[in-house]
Amino acid sequence: MTKKAFNPDVDAPKWKGGYHPYDIVKEGSIAIAVILVLTLVLAILFGSPDEKAITIKTWSNAAPLDFANTTLEELNGTSTTAAYGAPYNTASTGQQLGPLQLAKWVGVRIPVNAAKDFVISPLKSLPDQPALDHQLAVWSAASTSTKNSWLTSYGKAKVKFVNGQVVANTTTAGPVPVMINQLTQMARSGALDQALVTGHGFYTTDYTKPLLFLADSEYLAGLADHQHLTGDQWGMMNETGNYPGQSWLWLYTFWYQIPPFKTSANADVLVWGLMMVLSAVLLLVPFIPGLRSVPRKLKLYRLIWREHYQETE
Amino acid sequence: MSSSEIDRQWTTRLRRRVEGKLPPEKLLPDTQPNYVSSWIYVFGVATMSALFVVIATGCILALRGPQWWHGSAYGHFINSLHLWSVEIFFFSMVVHLWGKFAMAAWRGGRTLTWMTGVITFLASVATAFTGYVSQSNFDSQWISTQAKDGINATGAGAYFNVLNLGQMLMWHIVLLPLAAVVLTALHIVLVRIKGVVPPFEENPVVENAEVTQ
Repeated sequence: MTKKAFNPDVDAPKWKGGYHPYDIVKEGSIAIAVILVLTLVLAILFGSPDEKAITIKTWSNAAPLDFANTTLEELNGTSTTAAYGAPYNTASTGQQLGPLQLAKWVGVRIPVNAAKDFVISPLKSLPDQPALDHQLAVWSAASTSTKNSWLTSYGKAKVKFVNGQVVANTTTAGPVPVMINQLTQMARSGALDQALVTGHGFYTTDYTKPLLFLADSEYLAGLADHQHLTGDQWGMMNETGNYPGQSWLWLYTFWYQIPPFKTSANADVLVWGLMMVLSAVLLLVPFIPGLRSVPRKLKLYRLIWREHYQETE
Repeated sequence: MSSSEIDRQWTTRLRRRVEGKLPPEKLLPDTQPNYVSSWIYVFGVATMSALFVVIATGCILALRGPQWWHGSAYGHFINSLHLWSVEIFFFSMVVHLWGKFAMAAWRGGRTLTWMTGVITFLASVATAFTGYVSQSNFDSQWISTQAKDGINATGAGAYFNVLNLGQMLMWHIVLLPLAAVVLTALHIVLVRIKGVVPPFEENPVVENAEVTQ
């Protein structure tokens, strides 16, 4: 105890009033029982969502042309993953917070070469495919400009899915039509799902590569849009079905709905930066003059302690 | 062994310090000041109770492994209990937090109590998030592939890879729950040591009154 100038936003008066009985163990036990019952009721009434995961097989069978187009983008470097930058590759600088290039400074820590990891290596893993092996050898031996020329030709060609085959109306795309068709066949059989996760051997719990490949597609985004999960639909705070999801992320998701974040190429890092500042402010409220006075000036406390004030007035 | 030698022991000094700061009557009080009389106080204990149910249901899910609940009606029901206890946990915690803000509950030397509460909230958000990306269903695919961009943009994605199921599951069931439980325990101990913050004194006489720090 000390005598000092009383700051009502920092100090609290010593309580000199009365006390009432309080059974903390009983209160805790009743609270656990009530919460348990409430949880049981909500779980019985509403259950929980469990929309089955999408596989590469599902995607390539449901939307083979989207799969073929995504494969082309992995090869020509225009897919989201191929052009991502750190931590996957050096294809771009990535997002910036003012002059701070945070991701670039940390560097490539989870290396992903989209063309090699998503297309070339899985195709090479297919056994007993002499024709494909020949086309892959042609691809490997070609210069970068030749590869780009083939990919440009394929991009301009009319691509169809006919009798289970991806067919491109071009004769100047080199081995690209065979590679894309063969990868589509591999994906439709389910073999590509396995090929993308077995990079570290038999056991794996790392789904970085298949998830990145899936996320490059329009198919996954279309499904998410149907489930009201895209960024302009308050994004990842939602979940499939009519469930509350991570509603506590509302403020984080809110910023993505308004300018300048909504249209900024650096939206993610700006929102994260802002949320870190706001979190720090919340943490440090007791030290911030003005902000720490808000509760006293709001007078909501009179509602909370109305019995106390009724007795003392 | 002399008594002065015993007095100097780390164990003796720690025990005396704990006894001084948190005697049994403070840890398990049987009375409360009269001003502790509002529904808002329910949400603190509701948060703790929900955390208890969250951990209990999470432990049941852990018994059979991460894939079990997808193929078992019983497992799915336990998952539903886990989900709804999390929803109740956050609802209670947020009401508790804003209630404590309205009371300026950091007053009277309770700054650390406020700060441990805020950090617990942030740790809980991270715990729930890693749960959502560890579900191994469509939700986890979509949430993880969207969330990666934000985390990667800060540079943290290089070490905290939301697309790595094994890493996220370990964070969800070991590291972050441990942090949340330890922080909650620390928060409760601080509440018990300092007691519940008294009401604002609106009588000007108190300007020179004895205050607690």
